[in-house]
Amino acid sequence: MVLVFAESPRGQIKKTALQAVTYGKKVADLLGTTCAALTVGTGAGAEELGRYGASRVLQVSDAKLDQFDSQAYAAAIADVVKQTGAKVLILSHSATGKSIAGRLAVLLNAGLVSGVNSLPTLNGTNLQVKKSVYSGKAIAEYDISSTYKILSLMGNAVKQEASGNPVVVEKVQADFKGRIRVKEVKTQEGRVPLPEAEIVVSAGRGMKDPGNWGIVEELAETLGATTACSRPVADSDWRPHHEHVGQTGIAIRPNLYIAIGISGAIQHLAGVNNSKVIVVINKDGEAPFFKAADYGVVGDLFEVVPRLNEALKKYKASNH
Amino acid sequence: MKLLVCISQTPDTTAKISFNADGTAFNPAGVQFIMNPYDEWYALVRACELREALGGTVVALNVGPASNETTIRKALAIGADEAVRIDANPQSAAFIAKQIAEYARNEQFDIIFFGKETIDYNGSEVGAMVAAYLDLPFVSYASKLDLNGTTATLERDIEGGVEVLEVDLPFAVSASKGMAAQRIPNMRGIMTARTKSLKEIPALPFEEAVNIVAFTMPPAKAGVKLIDPANMDELVRLLHEEAKVI
Repeated sequence: MVLVFAESPRGQIKKTALQAVTYGKKVADLLGTTCAALTVGTGAGAEELGRYGASRVLQVSDAKLDQFDSQAYAAAIADVVKQTGAKVLILSHSATGKSIAGRLAVLLNAGLVSGVNSLPTLNGTNLQVKKSVYSGKAIAEYDISSTYKILSLMGNAVKQEASGNPVVVEKVQADFKGRIRVKEVKTQEGRVPLPEAEIVVSAGRGMKDPGNWGIVEELAETLGATTACSRPVADSDWRPHHEHVGQTGIAIRPNLYIAIGISGAIQHLAGVNNSKVIVVINKDGEAPFFKAADYGVVGDLFEVVPRLNEALKKYKASNH
Repeated sequence: MKLLVCISQTPDTTAKISFNADGTAFNPAGVQFIMNPYDEWYALVRACELREALGGTVVALNVGPASNETTIRKALAIGADEAVRIDANPQSAAFIAKQIAEYARNEQFDIIFFGKETIDYNGSEVGAMVAAYLDLPFVSYASKLDLNGTTATLERDIEGGVEVLEVDLPFAVSASKGMAAQRIPNMRGIMTARTKSLKEIPALPFEEAVNIVAFTMPPAKAGVKLIDPANMDELVRLLHEEAKVI
């Protein structure tokens, strides 16, 4: 059996968890077995994971797991893996997944490949799977030979696909202990978090002043996009630090990344070069970002961005 | 206060990455190697700050060959008190974690620091593995770490925000931007680093569960398609019809 740990922080099942279940179902098909999904904590709604391919949905329904502790989560998940006889465990390569993947590998004596971005292939009883390495500059193919195998899946690497029906949630017991006391969770309300966003509108020093961001936010609004920024902009406190994408900030993988007034330093590209489509708007036609772009507009962003916003509104009005 | 900082050596951020002809090994020719930035800028510097405030010892640990000693000396120049190199050519995060854990098991460290990930394999695996071997709490992607007696308050990056938490010593932590500010080693640090202890210990055998079969380069971009800045309708059409992203 393939077991997928489906993250549901504060009782909300994450989009990346639906992607992980979709991926888990495909891995199970490859292995000729079934896919089960596991949630922890007391949140409701886990039966919906059946729609994405889980034939069983398990829940360790313990209020002590409503707050995240990597030690407790890993122990509980490892216990369920052993109870169910699952041999392949799928996680999301998220803040939570990164905290527990290594621990699970040790607890289960499993081979781990973290941050995979495509389906594995079967090589006898081994799995072979690819991931991006060197901050997106190369791809490595791994062979996992251990009995237990763990894959953590990059956000947006596969699209969630509803293929089945909700299933009844089975409550399971698990052993765990934790020593972390969560005091507060501070998140931005009403915005898709950057690592999960399908469209990201990002701006840099070319904006000249933090007071000029209105045109960026309007464009993001029209596209239903999340806003981001480059490092110099975050370091100057023009924009909040959680918007900073790039090597030291957040690495993202949206379907569409629109870079406005960002030159495209290699440290910035390292965080965004896995985006499916990149649009660069910059007045300097020699900006290095154009080499990594799919579409480029060489022009004054203060004219181009409002014009693009109008064109999008016109397109939306005629198509929806 | 006894603090361990695990440091990796990685190709420089701007290095051109290439592999040998059959794609089975990294080609180090012409590549400059550096201390993994998150290990250096955040983990090591925060450990040194805590030692400066509270006293104690900062040990820098690297699992790698003798050629890594330049990087290890840099950690001593920045402020680590002593260093240990576990002699090996590591092939995986799992190997490195096992070596670190076996070294740290009897050393009674209060905090074991890691960078949030390395910039070569981007796995973010080693910290959680070491914490598992030593049965320690683990806090990943911490952007803030304050200590009050034997209790630490940390902030951890999560999707779209931060989580504030408390944990008692001992624990393991991986550091992200914000935990400390980069330090440039000064001349005195560089001079004293030469006389600080750098101990070499042998690696233990380890059976790999995961092996790299091949490296490949990502498909080349088709090249940028330039759009007339006066004609944004055309860009919208291409994003819809050609790229199919809106």
